[in-house]
Amino acid sequence: MAIEGADTVWVLISAALVLLMLPGLALFYGGLVQRKNVLSSMMHSFVAMGVMALEWVLIGYSLAFADGNWFVGGLGHAFLRGIDAYSVTGTIPTYAFIAFQGMFAIITPALISGAIVGRVKFKSYIAFIALWGLIVYAPVCHWVWGGGFLTGEALDFAGGTVVHITSGVSSLAILTYIGKRRGFGVDPLKPHNVTLTLLGGGLLWFGWFGFNAGSALAANEIAALAFITTLIAPAAAGFVWMALEWRHFGYPTALGFATGVLAGLVAITPCAGFVTPMAAIPIGMITSFVCYKAVGLKERFGYDDSLDAFGVHGVGGIVGALLVGVFASVGGTGLLLGNTSQMLIQLQGVVITIVYAAVGTLLIGFILNRTIGLKVTESEENIGLDKTQHGEIAYNV
Amino acid sequence: MKYIIAMIRPERLDAVKRELQKLEVNRLTVSSVAGYGAQKGHLEIYRATEHEANLLEKVKIEIAVEDHFLQSVIEAINTGAKGNDGYIGSGKIFVLPLEDVIRIRTNETGPNAL
Repeated sequence: MAIEGADTVWVLISAALVLLMLPGLALFYGGLVQRKNVLSSMMHSFVAMGVMALEWVLIGYSLAFADGNWFVGGLGHAFLRGIDAYSVTGTIPTYAFIAFQGMFAIITPALISGAIVGRVKFKSYIAFIALWGLIVYAPVCHWVWGGGFLTGEALDFAGGTVVHITSGVSSLAILTYIGKRRGFGVDPLKPHNVTLTLLGGGLLWFGWFGFNAGSALAANEIAALAFITTLIAPAAAGFVWMALEWRHFGYPTALGFATGVLAGLVAITPCAGFVTPMAAIPIGMITSFVCYKAVGLKERFGYDDSLDAFGVHGVGGIVGALLVGVFASVGGTGLLLGNTSQMLIQLQGVVITIVYAAVGTLLIGFILNRTIGLKVTESEENIGLDKTQHGEIAYNV
Repeated sequence: MKYIIAMIRPERLDAVKRELQKLEVNRLTVSSVAGYGAQKGHLEIYRATEHEANLLEKVKIEIAVEDHFLQSVIEAINTGAKGNDGYIGSGKIFVLPLEDVIRIRTNETGPNAL
């Protein structure tokens, strides 16, 4: 196929929009931690841009998208071998496709950092995301989009399974392995600056238009559909979360609204180009309700999902991946149009991904813990990771 | 000379400053502090989870005065900090003896340096 200028422009801009989600995520997470860990938390997002972008062009892209088998791609495009400025994927230059997909590989492991803030060695974090990108992300990306066994079967428009279920479930897996922050359940461990979180949430929503509408890989009607559903679902979800808090606690909190919006964004990701704007409303509302309940589970079961990476991304991703099987009506049919088999395929994709991500993550955690160690010492954790891992602090007198 | 330290509710700071300005007391130091007394704490909600916040935001006011100003300054702080209601957590005023004051620029000491 020939290169289309408009498609290329849209995908390049979308790729840049997705990269802006990383500083957005840094602000979102950075505001939610204690002030002694704000730089460390923000670095988790920022360093992913360095580590994962390199890894993606060296080997990750090839493992995800080069010809291989049902499970993983091959090494045919390692170091971007066999690709040049004139290579074409669909109607866009292959370099544009690699860059756009690379942004997903960058942000996905960074999402996991929300589950482990305040207690992990920085070098171990870097090793973790690098290994995770190869062992968990690249294969699942290959399954769903790169020619693996779910390609053309499971509906996942922009990464509900590839991005959110993998990162959310891995968050739960790694946090059960490394344990709680000291003081969890005893000291307040409150967010130190919710205004940063709100600004970060806004940047995430902005970047998410590139994430979802860019996934059409063309400047066409499906991109426009994905764009408007990315507007509607988070709006409905933010509204529901706010209403639930208002009823239960008497206050519509700012963090609650932002969290609802995020849950809606996660849920609409797999659905974005497959459902109508009117279907985006119940998708956002249902997911917000389920995530609201899921976030409360950590109180009940006592696990320290510090910034709710599992409660929002894992649970939201699972709900979204299942709801696309219910509401799909564009480029696929779901349960509401009488197609029960799609629902079963979605369920199969969800279950396999959950099991694979959990096992893969625990394996990585085990290896790192036995070699370079995962957690900082008790005194380092008390002092804070900004000072002990980076030698600097966020706020001087 | 006396050193006055008052812990008040943050929302009463402007009223206290207005009362002090009526007395033409134009020297004070204000800082944000946190603490608790009989009130113990209150609840904050983050992501649908209640957190007990036992350290409450307070404002600390520090003023050094000559002895004959003491009573009127205390009354001014009291009036401003209490407002119309004076409910629990309105704060406290501590009065300490002040041995000496030195103005760094001129080396003046005692009441002249206040």
